[in-house]
Amino acid sequence: MAKVHVTTTINGEPEEFLCEPHQSMLDALRGPLGLTGSKEGCGTGDCGACSITLDGRLVCSCLMLAVEAEGKKIGTIEGLAQGDHLHPLQQKFLEWGALQCGICTPGVLVAAKALLEKNPDPTETEVRFWLAGNLCRCTGYDKIVRAVLETAADMRRAA
Amino acid sequence: MNVIANKWIGQRTIRPDGADKVTGRACYAADNTMPGMIWGKVLRSPHAHALIRSIDTSKAEKLPGVKAVVTAKDLVEFPVDKPVPLGIQDMRWMSRNIMAREKALFHGHPIAAVAAINEEVAAEACKLIEVDYEVLPHAIEIEDAIKPHAPILHDFVRFEGKPSNIAGTMVNKVGDVEAGFAEADIVIERTFTTRPVHQGYIEPQACTVSCTADGKVTIWSSSQGQFMVRAMTSFLTGITQSNIRAIPAEIGGGFGAKTIIYLEPLATVLAKKSGRPVKMVMTREEVMRATGPTSGSRSTVKIGAKKDGTLVAAQGTFYLQAGALPGSPLRGPVGCSFSPYYIPNILSTGYDVVSNRSKVAAYRAPGAPLGAFAAECVIDEICEKLGLDPLEFRLKNSSKEGQKAVYGATFGKITFEETVEAALKHPHYKAPLDKNPRPGVKRGRGVASGFWFNAGGESSAQVNITEDGNVAVTTGHPDVGGSRASIANVTAELLGIDHSRISVLIGDTASIGFSNLTGGSRVTFASAIVVTQSTEKVIGQLKERAARIWKIDPDAVTWENGEARPAGPNAGKFPPLSLEDLAAKANEMGGPIGAGTQLNTTGADPGFATHIVDVEVDVDLAIVRVLRYSAVQDVGRALHPSYVEGQIQGGVVQGIGWALSEEYLFDKQGKLENAGFLDYRMPVCSDVPMIEPVMLEIPNPKHPQGVRGVGEAPIVPVLAAITNAVHDALGKRFCDLPLSPPRVSAALDAAAE
Ligand code: FES
Ligand code: FES
Repeated sequence: MAKVHVTTTINGEPEEFLCEPHQSMLDALRGPLGLTGSKEGCGTGDCGACSITLDGRLVCSCLMLAVEAEGKKIGTIEGLAQGDHLHPLQQKFLEWGALQCGICTPGVLVAAKALLEKNPDPTETEVRFWLAGNLCRCTGYDKIVRAVLETAADMRRAA
Repeated sequence: MNVIANKWIGQRTIRPDGADKVTGRACYAADNTMPGMIWGKVLRSPHAHALIRSIDTSKAEKLPGVKAVVTAKDLVEFPVDKPVPLGIQDMRWMSRNIMAREKALFHGHPIAAVAAINEEVAAEACKLIEVDYEVLPHAIEIEDAIKPHAPILHDFVRFEGKPSNIAGTMVNKVGDVEAGFAEADIVIERTFTTRPVHQGYIEPQACTVSCTADGKVTIWSSSQGQFMVRAMTSFLTGITQSNIRAIPAEIGGGFGAKTIIYLEPLATVLAKKSGRPVKMVMTREEVMRATGPTSGSRSTVKIGAKKDGTLVAAQGTFYLQAGALPGSPLRGPVGCSFSPYYIPNILSTGYDVVSNRSKVAAYRAPGAPLGAFAAECVIDEICEKLGLDPLEFRLKNSSKEGQKAVYGATFGKITFEETVEAALKHPHYKAPLDKNPRPGVKRGRGVASGFWFNAGGESSAQVNITEDGNVAVTTGHPDVGGSRASIANVTAELLGIDHSRISVLIGDTASIGFSNLTGGSRVTFASAIVVTQSTEKVIGQLKERAARIWKIDPDAVTWENGEARPAGPNAGKFPPLSLEDLAAKANEMGGPIGAGTQLNTTGADPGFATHIVDVEVDVDLAIVRVLRYSAVQDVGRALHPSYVEGQIQGGVVQGIGWALSEEYLFDKQGKLENAGFLDYRMPVCSDVPMIEPVMLEIPNPKHPQGVRGVGEAPIVPVLAAITNAVHDALGKRFCDLPLSPPRVSAALDAAAE
């Protein structure tokens, strides 16, 4: 099958790649684009380990076709830090120890960032429901939720 | 031991592998690629139980792009009549688990594997493999597998002289239970069931294997032990261990399941046949169908007590599902269920039952939670009938130092009482609970305790001083949840330097000495011992170098705050020599500075946990929700408190899933119906509250840093604590898990009739 040429923007940089018409965005990221920070936990939209943003909206990249990236803006975990300057969420996750194995962490961080952009002052319940699409089997979620709430408070103070 | 005085031990330092993990740079098994790499795929059985009459791979081999096809013939064959142990595993069963031989034993059992230029071609080739099956009747559940005339999985398994699916038994015994029950004023006996539950790690199994023309094999994979990967691959492929190097990738969760392997031997023979590096990654569906889970169980527990609440006798009979091949974790329920208590008469028996489902793998405190579920629910009922506070009851009956446990050990300094006392004093236990907060909603509180053996075993470490006076520590254990951070804290503490000057790495099988699995709550315990000893040796070398420079006796040198100082009569005579100074002079003074330790560690005394939980039951929807959870545990000493708390919180939430929502569902053909995260319902963020870990730091006197294993005990009490809380809410005792809406609603309906 002929490959499709896709022109897109990834983490603010213009990017082109070739993909199969049926290839998922996750496979394109992890394969030709070499961005293995997005993880595959299920491939069926149930774990959130592959979370990215598509024009600012949170999506599971395993459920998106790579060709759908054409002309869009993609945000992945690799774009969270600015150079060696970690995003406040990344820093807070390290301080709280909000990760154990860390396989869910990229997806959780991308999802949490999308939440705080929409809602800078979420309640615990709002954080829990927003992150309900991101499975974590290690932490019991406690420190993840605390880290997100505390980052939100810090960012509000800094704003 | 004064925890407060420590500069690094007990601090919430940033983990050495942290920045990589929050930026997406950490390399997990599926993230690896190699030049020339091709993809492997597994053909799996579409039947739960079938004889394999023949396998024809010729069409698959001819498909363009296919580079190699393998079947069981390409792996080492182990006759069934002679055990081939490796740790707690038997290679007779492992070889048949990774690739079916005589028979397909479960739906999803590997039959053949293909390597091709990409995943699509490999999958296509799998479809071209022709397998002639003779489908046999199957048995999935314990009842079906042990009833008369059940389909027999293995002709060679005999029980009481007859062909059977009971593949093994285990008995632990003290005193005389019949005499004990005769003395009791109250005896309660109940039968409980739990469903198999999956470990649920988010990272599916994956590996890349390169096999070069000179016969050298390199394996990158995610596991709980690179040395296990090397040894098992060696056994199953026949390649010597010295020709295999296993490199541990970052591991995306294991919880026991990655203490065995599935893909590595297949990828190795595919790589050997094709001459190309082979990558294999399981799909989630394959993970659910063909890896893990832990055993489902049927347990009958009978406990007798005096009117004043003194326990006199306990009997437990535990049937555990092994899956398709022998080896369920009988030791868990048989050894742990009654061990928190001093009971003079105990008879604890386990049966290993094979059936047509995937072979079980270890899961956090293997087998202990299902045994504790039965025992702790019966204890709750005894307390209710006798009108005793369940925590006071536990205090009264607790095991003590010097007593002999049913599994044979004599307890050293154990701290079960302390966990119960802390739970009694905890504000949660005293907090009022409105049992009828709104119409249609009932609330209840439950408690339960749990026991886990903990483990020591083989570990190796190397501590090297870099040329610029910093430190590189290497251990042999995959880090599942912060062990590198704990090791950095210990090394920084001993050397008296900032923890950021220490890098902690995990060596591969060629670069560090043998280290046993990350499992059994042993890694922080064991690696802190070998790292302490190695660092102390390094400090000895540093003092000796300083002594040589100063031309004084090494005993007259002390090591303080990261520098050597002259002591005793020489105190103050010479300016101190820092780690950097000594590193700079290392070569003039005899060479590089560094030391290693390889040890079979001992002194891992057991862990105890006592939990309190409040639940809310929505009576109309039959949904049980956890409102508040407090988990008390003696952790010895928390080298890094965040990751100790994280173990407790994570263990509790896995227990909540086991208690409330997780189960395998099979159709009539023996095919798993819910092989994905949508229908296999693990707790999500909105299902659970904050989990309060209550860490008691009572230093383990047998460990140089006071460490006690932590990871497993916190899952043990959860099933019973929740079930006891649901009883408190509804006045009904449940004996079958999970307490999912269908089961709770059926019980509520039955009660209403
Ligand atoms: S991999 Fe996309 S949601 Fe799980
Ligand atoms: S940290 Fe392991 S799955 Fe979240």
